[in-house]
Amino acid sequence: MDAIVLPAVVLGPLLPALIVLAAAALVLGLDLGPRALPRELLAVTALAGMIGALLATLARWGAPGRAFRDMVVLDNYALFFNVIICYSGALIVLLSMDYLRRTGSDSAEYYALVLFATAGMMLLAAAGDLVVVFLALELMSLSLYVLAGLFKRELASGEAAMKYFLLGAFASSFLLYGIALVYGAAGTTNLDRIAAAMAARPRDPLFVVGFGLLLVGFGFKISSVPFHMWVPDVYQGAPTSVTALIATGSKAAAFAALIRVLAVTLRGVPPDWTPLFWAVAVVTMTVGNVVAIAQSNLKRMLAYSSIAHVGYMLVGLVAGGAGGTGAVLFYLLTYTFTTAGAFGVITLCERARGEAVEVGDYAGLARRHPMLAAALGIFLLSLIGIPPLAGFVGKFYVFGAAVRGGYVWLAVIGVLNSAVAAYYYLRVVVYMYMREPEGAVTVYAPSFAGGVALTVALLAIVLLGVMPAPFVDLAQAAVAPLLR
Amino acid sequence: MIPLLSVVTFLPGAAGLALLFVPRRSVGVLRVASLAITVVTFVLSLPLYFGFDGDITGYQFEENRPWMPTLGAAYHVGIDGISLLLVLLTTFLMPLALASAWGVIEDRLKEFMATMLILETGMLGVFVSLDLFLFYVFWEAMLIPMYFIIGVWGGPNRVYAAVKFVLYTMVGSVLMLVAILALYYQYGAATGRYTFDLPVLAQYVMAPGRAQDLMFLAFALAFAIKVPLFPFHTWLPDAHVEAPTAGSVVLAGVLLKMGTYGFLRFCLPLFPDASLAFGPVVWTLAVIGVIYGAWVSTVQPDMKKLVAYSSVSHLGFVMLGIFTFNQQGLVGGVIQMVNHGLSTGALFLMVGMIYERRHSRLIADFGGLWRVVPAFSALFLVVVLSSLGLPGLNGFVGEFLILVGAFQRSPWLAALATSGIIFAAVYLLWMYQRVIFGEVTRDANRGLPDLTTREWAVLVPVVALIVWIGVYPVAFTGKTEATIEALIAQVQAKASAHR
Repeated sequence: MDAIVLPAVVLGPLLPALIVLAAAALVLGLDLGPRALPRELLAVTALAGMIGALLATLARWGAPGRAFRDMVVLDNYALFFNVIICYSGALIVLLSMDYLRRTGSDSAEYYALVLFATAGMMLLAAAGDLVVVFLALELMSLSLYVLAGLFKRELASGEAAMKYFLLGAFASSFLLYGIALVYGAAGTTNLDRIAAAMAARPRDPLFVVGFGLLLVGFGFKISSVPFHMWVPDVYQGAPTSVTALIATGSKAAAFAALIRVLAVTLRGVPPDWTPLFWAVAVVTMTVGNVVAIAQSNLKRMLAYSSIAHVGYMLVGLVAGGAGGTGAVLFYLLTYTFTTAGAFGVITLCERARGEAVEVGDYAGLARRHPMLAAALGIFLLSLIGIPPLAGFVGKFYVFGAAVRGGYVWLAVIGVLNSAVAAYYYLRVVVYMYMREPEGAVTVYAPSFAGGVALTVALLAIVLLGVMPAPFVDLAQAAVAPLLR
Repeated sequence: MIPLLSVVTFLPGAAGLALLFVPRRSVGVLRVASLAITVVTFVLSLPLYFGFDGDITGYQFEENRPWMPTLGAAYHVGIDGISLLLVLLTTFLMPLALASAWGVIEDRLKEFMATMLILETGMLGVFVSLDLFLFYVFWEAMLIPMYFIIGVWGGPNRVYAAVKFVLYTMVGSVLMLVAILALYYQYGAATGRYTFDLPVLAQYVMAPGRAQDLMFLAFALAFAIKVPLFPFHTWLPDAHVEAPTAGSVVLAGVLLKMGTYGFLRFCLPLFPDASLAFGPVVWTLAVIGVIYGAWVSTVQPDMKKLVAYSSVSHLGFVMLGIFTFNQQGLVGGVIQMVNHGLSTGALFLMVGMIYERRHSRLIADFGGLWRVVPAFSALFLVVVLSSLGLPGLNGFVGEFLILVGAFQRSPWLAALATSGIIFAAVYLLWMYQRVIFGEVTRDANRGLPDLTTREWAVLVPVVALIVWIGVYPVAFTGKTEATIEALIAQVQAKASAHR
């Protein structure tokens, strides 16, 4: 009788996620401690977890590791996403500190859930196996479902959580069904071995249907059209700090898994999915931008604009290659700082009746809070893609990859879309700088931590805009091994 | 060695950002400091003029440093005979524009001055960039300060005008971005070297055909909107009329030149076959613009609107000159760019001065101003005559050369365009007659004060330059002729390479 050989347990590749999980446990433990402990300790612990994970990530750069029989692959690709996710998580913790106290929702569970979600995102980026993809996705999603409903007394928050949960569960089941079919066809859930099986039998209908279902699941998580219906309601109803996390970290993580699954398994295998992505990219950016024009709620507008940005990133995926895929990674980096910053400004503005979320609430903001208005203005200009800010460089590389790949018309549709987008982003600028406030004024809720978060985000988008080359090179080097 | 061109380009913007840290209450400091910065920038730009060798065809004062080596984008700047004049025009007009805002802009003065200074860096950057990526960065970045100047400090309909200005310009320029990328990859695929460097790309002989035509059209659309070439001019009256005087001066004086400059710098050398092929289309649109702009100006009741539409007419002349592809037409076009910047800039300044006194720009509200403000009226006459092309003043030189060039292409074209000069005399002199001559028709106009010292200081330099160019144009054409000759030779050599 053969002895059962246990695989060597190598925890190294899990280190960043483990640090975050340890911080989560510590936060929950501290909550049970003496009441005298300052509440800020929770946030500081969470922040330390994020920064620790970031440092662990940077320390492992260039030293790829695999663990648990290739279920977890911490290569440069995963590390690049870890950086995005850690920054996203850290910014959100900073933005949450005063925001939660003001809204009376300060609790240890919040920080623990943010940390759990972050750990899920990191695992998602490092998943080398469909089972890990699913587990990580659920860890991330379940935490976010709860976070979306954090404002227990607000109907919109409850609605957001309910919608997010129901539609998210639906999408997860699609994903799971897809995984099952692919497993049925390939006999394995490991991505490398699926690739080998597909290369042998590329036209197996189980693969085609299985991948179709996987794409539905991912389409929901990255919020591409036609799986975007949940986005505006959830972004609007969820607490703004949570919205920022959903819009940045979770989107980046879902893209990480999508790109890895596609790149590893579908490379050179017919049928060619490019025309499908082409169409989805066009529809996603156009629907996102056109509907965003009609929004008067800033959070809803940013929700639709985030859909449009997914469309731009899909343009990079269509273009493919290290150029196109690397451009998507860089785009996600710029998008994370910009979007977290824009939502961050909203967390710092409040009115007598609650949050300042209507565009009209920002009328005349530049007169009373010039720094805050300038910050939001710069974030919005970066989202439009005005040089020399990061958003411009992101678009430049994505559309450049499209032109290089021969998808000139896709690039033309993309740039025209970004001109449309200028209209609704600038409308906010118009309100802030060119209108006078009506009725009750929006006041700045002072927050040192929030100020730090915005400063970091601003510096990042200026740096990424003026000196993008090293970061783009890193992104392209990170995806190159996947594409082989 | 001091990188003079970079210093001139970035000094205003950097100083503008520094101004943001000056306390809001120090109004005097803000005014003096911002004016001083633009004057210093102008003084620093003078060595560019005196040090520029008009007999050399290449770029001078060049600086080339790697910026994004893996992409092939560099910080490459330099000037030739065309950009030299536009850089000087910019640095010359900025102090005047800022001085015109003294005492007029009260609201958020600090931000206004900073925005104007950042705008100056953006405009200078457009004119000195010799790298397509760098050029595009300046081209797009410059939109935002102008947007704020119109939208925050403009007239009653300012928000509409500002948004229209940005969206119009942006639609054109994003398509240019795709064309820049297409050119970059086409050159890279053909030669194995991926670069945005303009002098390198300009050496590349692209096959004529659909690809070149589409790239030309994408560039041309961006530039045609900026010029503006008929029928892409509809943003212009709104933007000019709503902008504050300083903004109008910069808009008419410098921003519109970016469009014509773009045609000269990019369309002609990069896409010579398409430029030649589309020449007749451009002539037609240019001449329509000349006549249409003049006719619409004639019926304007508002002086500022009249001047705005006259720009459509004048820039039509410039476009006509550029697309004659001959020495006289092109030199005329370049000189006319400077002339239009001076005379239309001055017209906006003077209309602004009237407006500050009476808070009206309607021609019907005035009459007999010579009796009240003789000095103003005399200088206004010089500027009006310069704008309509009176011999001896600057406008004549440019228009004459353009018409000589156009005549060689087609006498009919020249004849039609000449009618534009006649119409210019009609709308400008008729306006002048109604505003300045005759009896004082309104009591409100009787007590108007004449030019103040500040206004003298603003107007005298412009008028001096108007006369100088008119009497001694060689001081400027001499700097640009060699460049133009080389440009024509390059276009013809590349276009005939396929035959």
